Amino acid sequence: MKYSRLIFALGALLGFTLLVPNILPQYLVRVLIVMGINIILVASLGLSNGFTGVFSLGHVGFMALGAYSSGILTLSVSKKLAYLPDLPGFLAGYNLPFLPATILAGLLCAAVAFLIGIPLMRLSGNYVSVATLGFLVIVNNVLINAETLTRGARTFTGIPDFTTLPWVVAWMVVTLVVLSRIAYSPFGRAMRATREDGIAAQGIGIQVLPTRLIAFTIGAFFAGIGGALYAHYLVSFSPATFYIAMMVTQLTMLVLGGQASLTGATLGVVIVTVLSELLRNLERGFDLGFVKLPAVFGASQIALGLIFILVMVFRPQGLFGDREIKFVESKVERNERPVPDHL
Amino acid sequence: MNLLEYTFQQIINAVSQGSMFALVAVGLSIIFSLLRLTNFAHGDMMMVGAFGTLVMQLAGVPFLLAVLLGIVISALVGIIIERIAYRPVRGAPDVTMLLTSVALTYILENLGILLFTSSPRNFPLPDWLNASFNLADGRISFTSINLLTFGLTLLALLFLAWFVRNTQVGLGMRAAAEDLTASYLVGINVNTVIVVAFVMASSFAGLAGVLWAAQAGVVEPHMGFTPLLKAFVAAIIGGFGSIPGAIIGGFVLGALEVLIQSLPSEWGLGAYRDAIVFTLLIAFLLFRPGGIVGVKQEVKL
Repeated sequence: MKYSRLIFALGALLGFTLLVPNILPQYLVRVLIVMGINIILVASLGLSNGFTGVFSLGHVGFMALGAYSSGILTLSVSKKLAYLPDLPGFLAGYNLPFLPATILAGLLCAAVAFLIGIPLMRLSGNYVSVATLGFLVIVNNVLINAETLTRGARTFTGIPDFTTLPWVVAWMVVTLVVLSRIAYSPFGRAMRATREDGIAAQGIGIQVLPTRLIAFTIGAFFAGIGGALYAHYLVSFSPATFYIAMMVTQLTMLVLGGQASLTGATLGVVIVTVLSELLRNLERGFDLGFVKLPAVFGASQIALGLIFILVMVFRPQGLFGDREIKFVESKVERNERPVPDHL
Repeated sequence: MNLLEYTFQQIINAVSQGSMFALVAVGLSIIFSLLRLTNFAHGDMMMVGAFGTLVMQLAGVPFLLAVLLGIVISALVGIIIERIAYRPVRGAPDVTMLLTSVALTYILENLGILLFTSSPRNFPLPDWLNASFNLADGRISFTSINLLTFGLTLLALLFLAWFVRNTQVGLGMRAAAEDLTASYLVGINVNTVIVVAFVMASSFAGLAGVLWAAQAGVVEPHMGFTPLLKAFVAAIIGGFGSIPGAIIGGFVLGALEVLIQSLPSEWGLGAYRDAIVFTLLIAFLLFRPGGIVGVKQEVKL
């Protein structure tokens, strides 16, 4: 049956999600929540960076916008009075439940991405990366200074802790299903064509700028969703939370797994999460009985950085390249791989 | 304070700020012109230079020698990262090289944290460097660090100008910037040229790091990041890949930052300085990607 594998996978995931909070310790549940959020973020980053070839460094900027807007929308009215007394009236008077706030946060990010994308998608290569990094710096700078909305550089706190494992898993499934439907549609093919050769793509009638713009906008929507989920998981954060360190972590996950593969993005997140949890525990120092290793803080980041460079040198396409594990069997086995350069 | 004195004071600030940006941006531009590498790790050479100087000072080396050794250390680190990280990805797509440099930044900053912890450290200066000068009854003031920053930047840039015109490696560098493959074919030792470029860029950044630390009074592992971002802006608005462009861009950016800072505070723009500067960067990328000097661009979509 066409959908049997998908149904099996979803069933297994549902069972896992319902069972896990009862079996595993709280610490591991929290690790799983962060991992799920990162899958949403990294898979959506892959849509523009991997599939479309617009290598954005501004994804974390959208995430920050999503986190702050969802935080402001859901903060209870009494807490708004205490923490954000100068909020404009239409925001101060009421608060929204989790789901609408999250979706609004995503839509806001998509709108911002659409507006800034109109000029930015003209750029390519290094230039689009530097420009989107500029966007991240601008977002950070504005969040720090828009004190009436964000409490500035101080910690933004009091956000309800809505994010639970089932929420994250549900959003993760929605993200992956939507992204795979887009990435492996005719439009997805157009995206990859603009990545491989913009001029050739234009020559066969693909509109390069709109294609890139739509991919960028969809990616930003899920970045906003991920940011909102992360906000309701962290409960308190500051603009510094969403900055370069987070960007580097997400890039490591994406690049390790494979930029043009949703499976790759997902597994990249899993691998980096497991590795950094392991390394973080090693870093505290441990006793082998005969030798005692001291605590070396920062060593886990250095190890991740080294892995990053090794991937760049020896396997720049990432572990998965552009291969996918398929959950829906198609009637005709299509060749999705791009034509190699030398043909 | 009358307008003339005020303007003069602001010009001093702008020149001091601008020469620092120029010093960092020149290195970025040289490397970009040779390899098309957007080198994020360049800012960390500032950190290496400043920490190198600090360690040498703590070891009892006199200040000027310590600065020199700090710069030598950052040049050495530049050689090492070129050899182990950038050479294996040379010729790879732009984004691969950019990501390699992002990973390097991450490693270098965390190494800095590992060795020196993330809290800022005091950067001791000899008394003669802390001296300040007053003109017009103290209405115009500057420190010897301001003077030194400008003086050393000028010296470094003059040396660079002499180097790329009058030495064989320097000429090779200019040829390689035109076309790396072609210069290899006509017998230029490309590896030497690139290593020398990294030595120059890293030692300039190391010097800038020492000057930056001297002005701020502290060193910390993340100190290179903000100046790096500013140097990107300077290099790109000047014309990415061009040495004169980077210098012009540096001084233009310095002047602009001082100008934004001196705007009336009721406009509330001072705090948004970084946002304004980066909006300008994006505007340049869109409308004048060749920068002020107009570097020729490959036609790309």
